[in-house]
Amino acid sequence: MTLKKIHDDQPKEFKFSSENFKKAEEILKRYPAENKKSAVMPFLYLAQKQNSNWIPLAAMKYIANFLSMPYISVYEVATFYTMYNLAPVGKYFVQVCTTTPCLIRGADKIVRLCKEKISPNENELSKEGSCSWMEVECLGACVNAPMIQINDNYYEDLDEKSTKEVLESLIKDKPLKPGSFRGRKNTAPEKKQITNGEKHA
Amino acid sequence: MEKNMLKPENKIFKNLYNQLGWEIDHAIKRDDWKDTKNIISKGREWIINEVKTSELRGRGGAGFSTGLKWSFAPKEVGSRPHYLVINADESEPGTCKDRDILRFEPQKLIEGCLIAGYAVNAHICYIYIRGEYFNEGRRLQEAIDQAYEKNFLGKNACSSGWDFDIHIHYGAGAYICGEETALLESIEGNKGQPRLKPPFPALVGLYGCPTIVNNVETIAVVPTILRRGGKWFASIGKPKNTGTKIFCISGNVNSPCNVEEEMGIPLKELIDKHAGGVVGGWENLQAVIPGGSSMPLLPKKICDTITMDFDSLIENKSGLGTAGIVVINKDQDIIACMARIARFYKHESCGQCTPCREGAGWMWRILDRVVKRKATFSDIDLLSDVTKQIEGHTICAFGEGSAWPVQGLLRHFRKEIDSRCRDEPLIKKRTNNPYLVDQHLLENKNA
Repeated sequence: MTLKKIHDDQPKEFKFSSENFKKAEEILKRYPAENKKSAVMPFLYLAQKQNSNWIPLAAMKYIANFLSMPYISVYEVATFYTMYNLAPVGKYFVQVCTTTPCLIRGADKIVRLCKEKISPNENELSKEGSCSWMEVECLGACVNAPMIQINDNYYEDLDEKSTKEVLESLIKDKPLKPGSFRGRKNTAPEKKQITNGEKHA
Repeated sequence: MEKNMLKPENKIFKNLYNQLGWEIDHAIKRDDWKDTKNIISKGREWIINEVKTSELRGRGGAGFSTGLKWSFAPKEVGSRPHYLVINADESEPGTCKDRDILRFEPQKLIEGCLIAGYAVNAHICYIYIRGEYFNEGRRLQEAIDQAYEKNFLGKNACSSGWDFDIHIHYGAGAYICGEETALLESIEGNKGQPRLKPPFPALVGLYGCPTIVNNVETIAVVPTILRRGGKWFASIGKPKNTGTKIFCISGNVNSPCNVEEEMGIPLKELIDKHAGGVVGGWENLQAVIPGGSSMPLLPKKICDTITMDFDSLIENKSGLGTAGIVVINKDQDIIACMARIARFYKHESCGQCTPCREGAGWMWRILDRVVKRKATFSDIDLLSDVTKQIEGHTICAFGEGSAWPVQGLLRHFRKEIDSRCRDEPLIKKRTNNPYLVDQHLLENKNA
């Protein structure tokens, strides 16, 4: 369970765009008709995407009506899961994995760089207003540690220099291509061995 | 005693690094979907028996016999439909094997779903992917669409006479949803809080219907087992710990990687041959977490000789878990590493059972004090007591998962911990430690 604070400035109304409405009806077909409630998680994702990556309360009410379930159940789900943002985040939302496998490989240095380049505190918009960052728990790319997730993409095998480049590219609004930053193929072992631990981030 | 490395022809996941292409046409060249119709026509009994012969144990952590699990599903479909649910909510720190299967070997998983679905009488399969794996999920959806195009899925899937559909359901960043009943709750549209067992999901699962929940890797190896025979799979590895396994080697190694190897391979050989050795040499090794963060760590002395399989790790009071190996060398502060794991569990506790909700944070706070050299000896006894109070007193295995790593640390690194502690001061200052309130929240003003 996480620290979640509902945003102060809430929009009054929310409605799925016609495109998302169609998507929502497609999603409903995946689940048995009497268990419409199952669609609440995919619906929250849709709402989040439509509303520039955060979910307003109005969207929760709308979804509750849509699925004929109590508003509080939707609220419960939205606050339980960490990936639903209940307050605005940057256009580039940087999530830094800091769990042990990444920590061992130098995730703390990435956190420091985020503080320098984006903002001193987590969940705070950068000066240009386009980025925000937060520490998260294991993102499941441990052999490519340290790594960060920016929106939907994984940036792997980072070190201080490449992290700096990635973060600067976000600020310039020209994000670099995701993937490994040591040029390795996915999770394959590297042939050229780094014998010195210092080369990590 | 050196064991031979896994022979290339015995590898199941030939495209683990995407060197051969993930698309269905490439996958078919690698023998996916070969004879699937034939396998299904041999019937449920044959499939389940063959899986039992292979002695395949679930790859998600608990290591329960897969054939046995399937045989728990009711033989006849009653008034309620059966479901197959695939657990792709891979969130255990140190583990990233399922990600590669989803990205690069999706057809193995999809074919496995069809066969397993047929074996347990399920027409519908949900694959629960963690939300962070958005791109992997999109890739899997593409692969599913490709399988539909070839009529491998859908009505009369693969001309087997069995109708079968697969749907993807994304999680949203909750580790606990990797627990099977929490996962089912999550698909049903609730918070992911585990259910009391029994009843087991095989009888009362998703929407109250019989449901079989399996890990991605377990299901993905099934088609190959059935094609090559259960005996073939059983001939690899050790008795009762058979077959191949994807190991994820991360942490202080020279070339961290995912690799498929034989079960029962010595840990030292695995690290030296595949991951380029420990940074600073084997002598620089401090400890290894052998099976994802919830398994107790092993000090170097045990690592020298241990083999990687379920039973020999249990003998050493640890476990194979998901085979996510985290190597920690002597340059690391071992207590800080474990304190970070304790913080992970504090963050991920679902909050349903009091021992876990309060205990996980409590363990983290004490370990954090040890790291900062502010703990006293009595704190450590208290820590040991807290781990015992959590273990076995919670609905799901998360309690054990959070307590075991701390117990492992206390078991093997007590000296290191004690060297950082001090005696209880004679004149006590009021420390104002709010034990039952989440300190983490208090420190942040936005609580």
